[in-house]
Amino acid sequence: MADLTTLFAGRIHSPNPFWLASGPPANCGEQVMRAFDAGWGGAVWKTIGEPIVNVSSRYSSVDWNGQRMMGLNNIELISDRPIETNLREIAEVKRRYPKHAVIASLMVESRREAWHEIVKRSEDAGADGLELNFGCPHGMSERGMGSAVGQVPEYSCMITEWVKEVARTPVLVKLTPNVTDVRAIARAARRGGADGLSAINTINSITGIDLNTFTPRPDVGGHSSHGGYCGPAVKPIALHLVQQIASDPEVGLPISGIGGVASWREAAEFLLLGCGTVQVCTAAMHYGFRIVEDMIDGLSGWMDEKGFATIDQFQGASVAKVTEWKHLDLNYRIVARINPDKCIGCDLCYIACWDGAHQCIHRDGYTVPESVEAASRARIAVTPIAKLDSSAGAGGRTPPERIPRVDEDECVGCNLCWLVCPVEDCITMERIDTGQPSESWEQRVAALAKGSQS
Amino acid sequence: MDEAQLPVPRNLEQFPELHPPFDRPGALVEANRCLFCFDAPCTAACPTHIDVPRFIKKIASENLRGAALTILDANILGLSCARVCPVDVLCEGACVLDRYNQKPIEIGRLQRYAMDNFYAKGADVAWAAHSAQPRSGKIACVGGGPASLACSAELHRRGFAVTVFDNRPLPGGLNTYGVAEYKLRPSDSLREVELVRSLGVEFRQQEIGLDPSLATIEKQFDRIFLGLGLGSMLRLGIPGEQASGVVDALRFIARYKTSHDVAVGRRVVVIGGGNTAIDAANAASRLGAPEVHVFYRRGEKDMPAFASEYENSKIESVRFHFLAQPLEILQDNGRVAGVRFIGTRLAQPDASGRRPFEPVPGTGFVFPCDMVIPALGQSRMVELLEAIGVAVDNGSIAVDRPTGRTANPKYYAGGDCVNGGREVVDAVADGKRAATAIALSLESQHG
Repeated sequence: MADLTTLFAGRIHSPNPFWLASGPPANCGEQVMRAFDAGWGGAVWKTIGEPIVNVSSRYSSVDWNGQRMMGLNNIELISDRPIETNLREIAEVKRRYPKHAVIASLMVESRREAWHEIVKRSEDAGADGLELNFGCPHGMSERGMGSAVGQVPEYSCMITEWVKEVARTPVLVKLTPNVTDVRAIARAARRGGADGLSAINTINSITGIDLNTFTPRPDVGGHSSHGGYCGPAVKPIALHLVQQIASDPEVGLPISGIGGVASWREAAEFLLLGCGTVQVCTAAMHYGFRIVEDMIDGLSGWMDEKGFATIDQFQGASVAKVTEWKHLDLNYRIVARINPDKCIGCDLCYIACWDGAHQCIHRDGYTVPESVEAASRARIAVTPIAKLDSSAGAGGRTPPERIPRVDEDECVGCNLCWLVCPVEDCITMERIDTGQPSESWEQRVAALAKGSQS
Repeated sequence: MDEAQLPVPRNLEQFPELHPPFDRPGALVEANRCLFCFDAPCTAACPTHIDVPRFIKKIASENLRGAALTILDANILGLSCARVCPVDVLCEGACVLDRYNQKPIEIGRLQRYAMDNFYAKGADVAWAAHSAQPRSGKIACVGGGPASLACSAELHRRGFAVTVFDNRPLPGGLNTYGVAEYKLRPSDSLREVELVRSLGVEFRQQEIGLDPSLATIEKQFDRIFLGLGLGSMLRLGIPGEQASGVVDALRFIARYKTSHDVAVGRRVVVIGGGNTAIDAANAASRLGAPEVHVFYRRGEKDMPAFASEYENSKIESVRFHFLAQPLEILQDNGRVAGVRFIGTRLAQPDASGRRPFEPVPGTGFVFPCDMVIPALGQSRMVELLEAIGVAVDNGSIAVDRPTGRTANPKYYAGGDCVNGGREVVDAVADGKRAATAIALSLESQHG
């Protein structure tokens, strides 16, 4: 069995890389202890600061195709409990669960003394590390905190410096995605002395509008406010931002990945893009702490299958596989092939290619003799009744005229047909040997320039 | 409508629906499972060619009115078809998911979800009001069943004046009187009739024959659509058939659907292997008969009933007996006391593909019972049809199938009297095709 133990930012130990993200599931000690009992390796406490007052309601979601909560939005603020209560419970949790990671997420007003005080108190309570909440996109930002800090590199750098003046444990800066270039903030955190990054915080969002009341959700007495979006829908955005900071030589910090992790599969993706741990909130809010069981089981099973004994053996393996477009091989070519034995005749690939892509899938793969076509046109659909119809009960195989044909000469290998095909392995994208050596756009332009010079 | 004529609302516990309705979340999940096939096979398989993926995607987007109108555009009896269609041999049988070892989309129940919503919201027919400018040409539809309803609605949408003549107290034909209660309640059938009426179609509960005579109708109307259905049920033609306690399946079904005091026996014998036999057997069971036995003279695999109907009937604890032919109904003081059967055996299939049967000597037996329900199919109204002057082929009206036109160019026909007795949806399709052809012929005549 694979070893999932994790050492993050040099000093934070946890039995596995699965941490609860700072949010409602890590609101109090009782929750965090139950989460540890369920198997979670660590928890980033719900952000501690001067207690706030919340509104009701607070959450809204995007459902998709009958599935609930593809994306979740919240307008909840940081902890509404007194600082001393949170710190007392942190101490209790650390006393009972010394091997688990407890990170204190912090947000106070932008004064050096205020930050010095909260850092010292948190570390005295026993926190294994600190996460500076520079990301909260709603409410707190209007008060000069959260993303109001995280959107300005100089502020991020300055507050990180204040914290580092007194901190004895690793300091993680949590990044907001609501910026033009996340690397600018990541670099500022590095300059300020941060020991690691957490990415990403929630994305500014309005999830939807009630078409009867015209009030966006969540409805707070007839009004709403933009919130922070998270859950499965945000994973692709999170992966991209993580990749950006993971591949930036000016950052070079450990990353705790956040954004749409709901199972071991997403966790593996974040680890492959260089993260050392992952943080989970929405999935735990949806299904409870029990989901961690399969995260542990699934990840270690995958690692065993791939021959990885420890996480660092594959951590970051995908970072170098993301490159700039100009370096991609223009002579790499694939085409779609349709397996007629698997095709069920939905013809979604046909219409997708015609209306949405490059018009190279055709429905003429099967030639209908004229006499058959005439007979087919004259045929009238009736309910087949055994007594009256000898052909009642026919069926089973896909009619050949419904199996589309790919014009491989015209196919650009865009993947769309394969993406829309509902049948596994029915459409495959297959390599065509172009007989040409690998050549990127950059190389081609350089070659052309060279040619025109000579 | 006279109160006494209203069909009996049956207890839901006594006749729970075969396919219960979807609730909103269930409908959304199922609608979202639909692949939205291009040129969808389900649409091709539907005799009325309802654009199935289109209405299902409208359910998914909660455009329920749009979904209902998509259905009604192709099939004015979308409510009853959603309930009575043998979907497993039609749209759902054609669903591509079947070939992917997945459960086909429950198209029938989704259609019902859309149609129930449409009727619950008051069956607003504003959609049809702006359909067409009035055209000259009057059409009579003879018979009040699904074929005539579909024909009249389609003609009215095209701007023609239509009158439906029906010889029963209530309109709707077999939808009102003949479909099993657990599939379609008479009240739902009548809701659809009201929809057609509200479009502007005139209904007359009058038998054509003496007054008005066919000759009068011919004078008053430019075209006549025959949606007559079939005649009375075939008789067994064996001794004892007149005994008290013998009632044919259609009469039995019509009686229990429209009357309070229907008595069933303690041991009921149904004779026949078709869908109507099964409907009658299930109804007898639901009405309290402790034992219901279906006897069929051929084998299990030869039964004309749909497999789904047969399976469902077994769940209803109806018992089936095969290879037995009735010879005589035994009586006791004029009441049914039993049926004498003889065993049969089947020969090789003949040219038509059916297997002829023959009695096996020495295999006679008596099956005691106190009620016999023959369900041998309906007779053909050959004499009536010959009097009208349309060509008759093997008991059915001979028509040009794509248009429903008979040998007499003033007459069109559709439904059971043409197709020999199929499903509601086939009758609707026949009526619609005939309406299109009638409209074209009148437009070319009147310009």
